[in-house]
Amino acid sequence: MSELAPRRGGLLADTAALTARSTRISTRNPDAVLVSLLMPVLLMVVFVHLFGGAIDTGTEYVAYVTPAVLVLCAGYGASMTAQSVTFDMAQGVVDRFRSMDVGAVPFLGGHVAASAARNAVAVLAVVGAAALMGFRAAGSPLGWLAAAGLLLAWIVALSWLAACVGLVAKSPEGAGGFGFFLLFLPYPSSGFVPIETMPGWLRGFAEHQPATPLIESVRALLLGEPAGGAVWRTLAWCFGILVCSVALSGVVFRRRSR
Amino acid sequence: MHTQQLAVEAEGLHRSFGAGEVLGGVDLAVPRGSVFALLGPNGAGKTTTVRILATLSAADSGRARVAGLDVRARRTAVRRLISLTGQYAAVDEAQTGEENLRTVARLRGYRGRAARRRAAELLEEFGLAEAGGRRVATYSGGMRRRLDLAAGLVTRPEVVFLDEPTTGLDPRSRRDLWELVETLAQDPQHPVTVFLTTQYLEEADRLADRVALLDGGRIAASGTPEELKARVGGARLELTLRGPDAYADALLRLGERARETDPGALTLAVPTDGSGPQVRGLLDELDPQRTEVARFAVRTATLDDVFLSLTGGAPPAAGGRAAEEHARV
Repeated sequence: MSELAPRRGGLLADTAALTARSTRISTRNPDAVLVSLLMPVLLMVVFVHLFGGAIDTGTEYVAYVTPAVLVLCAGYGASMTAQSVTFDMAQGVVDRFRSMDVGAVPFLGGHVAASAARNAVAVLAVVGAAALMGFRAAGSPLGWLAAAGLLLAWIVALSWLAACVGLVAKSPEGAGGFGFFLLFLPYPSSGFVPIETMPGWLRGFAEHQPATPLIESVRALLLGEPAGGAVWRTLAWCFGILVCSVALSGVVFRRRSR
Repeated sequence: MHTQQLAVEAEGLHRSFGAGEVLGGVDLAVPRGSVFALLGPNGAGKTTTVRILATLSAADSGRARVAGLDVRARRTAVRRLISLTGQYAAVDEAQTGEENLRTVARLRGYRGRAARRRAAELLEEFGLAEAGGRRVATYSGGMRRRLDLAAGLVTRPEVVFLDEPTTGLDPRSRRDLWELVETLAQDPQHPVTVFLTTQYLEEADRLADRVALLDGGRIAASGTPEELKARVGGARLELTLRGPDAYADALLRLGERARETDPGALTLAVPTDGSGPQVRGLLDELDPQRTEVARFAVRTATLDDVFLSLTGGAPPAAGGRAAEEHARV
């Protein structure tokens, strides 16, 4: 036991270690894995085959709705981060990390990275289901890559926001409530129906909420259409949410430990 | 004592949560390389004290130094020199024992293969080699606690904080853990200071070089276990008298020494060191005719006895517990 301490690794080494931890723990929950894979497929069936026939968007509905389901699943999956953070906060394990001088960024970064990995799988499930239902993307490989990048930015930003909620929530059940918010956020947008069909008061929200530029950029990039300023608006939203969340989580993490 | 020789020192630590005062001026001095026990009932402020010393929480006022460094000003440096094993096992149930240790090893600066090797060494050392590949969810309470302790010792700290390390363990797991703590404290190559909290007098007695008694957020007494036991009289002579007259007579002869008096059951108790001559002397003194005492028993001192005698009141009720729980959040 006369082991001499090696030099502590930096922020990256800590984040890598805690990402491995969070990812392992994610895979040990088969129920959650199953839900995160089944939900996208079911949502695609519901929207394309159930509602799709009655909605007229002037295009093939599967092509119209796939980006929205992608965003929906990514957001909901990201919200799961809140529950896993709350769970950790309730255990002694956070005290151990803190007594080892591990800060908020590596701790939450590990959770967020694991969330990104989980949701990448869910996104692939949506794409697979869409392909089976006749979604044919005309976009270039570069466009696909850009769409994937935007979704990743969205997942990371919302996961970190969810992590903040997880730090504040008193119980995993309470933290789960955030999932509902993120589950409903994409509906009042141009994702499922054209905004023009909405009443005026809702239209204002739909036009200015972050899911709208994201869905429009992803749709345009996948279908090979010009995305215009939507990509930049999306990136600005993601960057803004991420910066605020990281800053807020640092403050809350320190305060929660007093 | 010179500062350099103290592993832990605290002066006037105060801490309140809302309107409730949890610590009302705690002073501590723990020599390097010793085992120190902070003994007290639930809600006495033990966990709050440990959290302040382990840099997880700040005192409202007062100073604390660990390994010679101020816990506030030199927090990062202190964190490198300590390990904390909390009251609730700080291990992930969904990971295996080996994965838990590997995670901690990586956070302590071991890389890849070195982290694996260190985890394997610790599993071996703590008798968990066979269980290492199993998820912690399948472990018994004693195994979890051992894993938790191992996780605190991935690198050799100067001060090891153990917050109620045996609470909730069965007697056998408790003895196993005591042996581990003793091994840790007696390693001649790298003397470690162990700072533990406990509700059990027996545990403090067995493990600690020095004990401080924490009661209602204040140190009620401190010293070696022998000194403390001497102050409460180590043991109790419990007597059952033959009748009300015999009871009244015994009470009269004992005067202030009588404890736990119960006229209904005709029982009372007297502090003693438990030695044959003293017990015989006491019996002769209060029952010279050998007609009044129906039965007697010698019982070793309990934590309650220590409290009764050193604080002059009953051990605090569970009321303070809520404040301590709050402190964890």
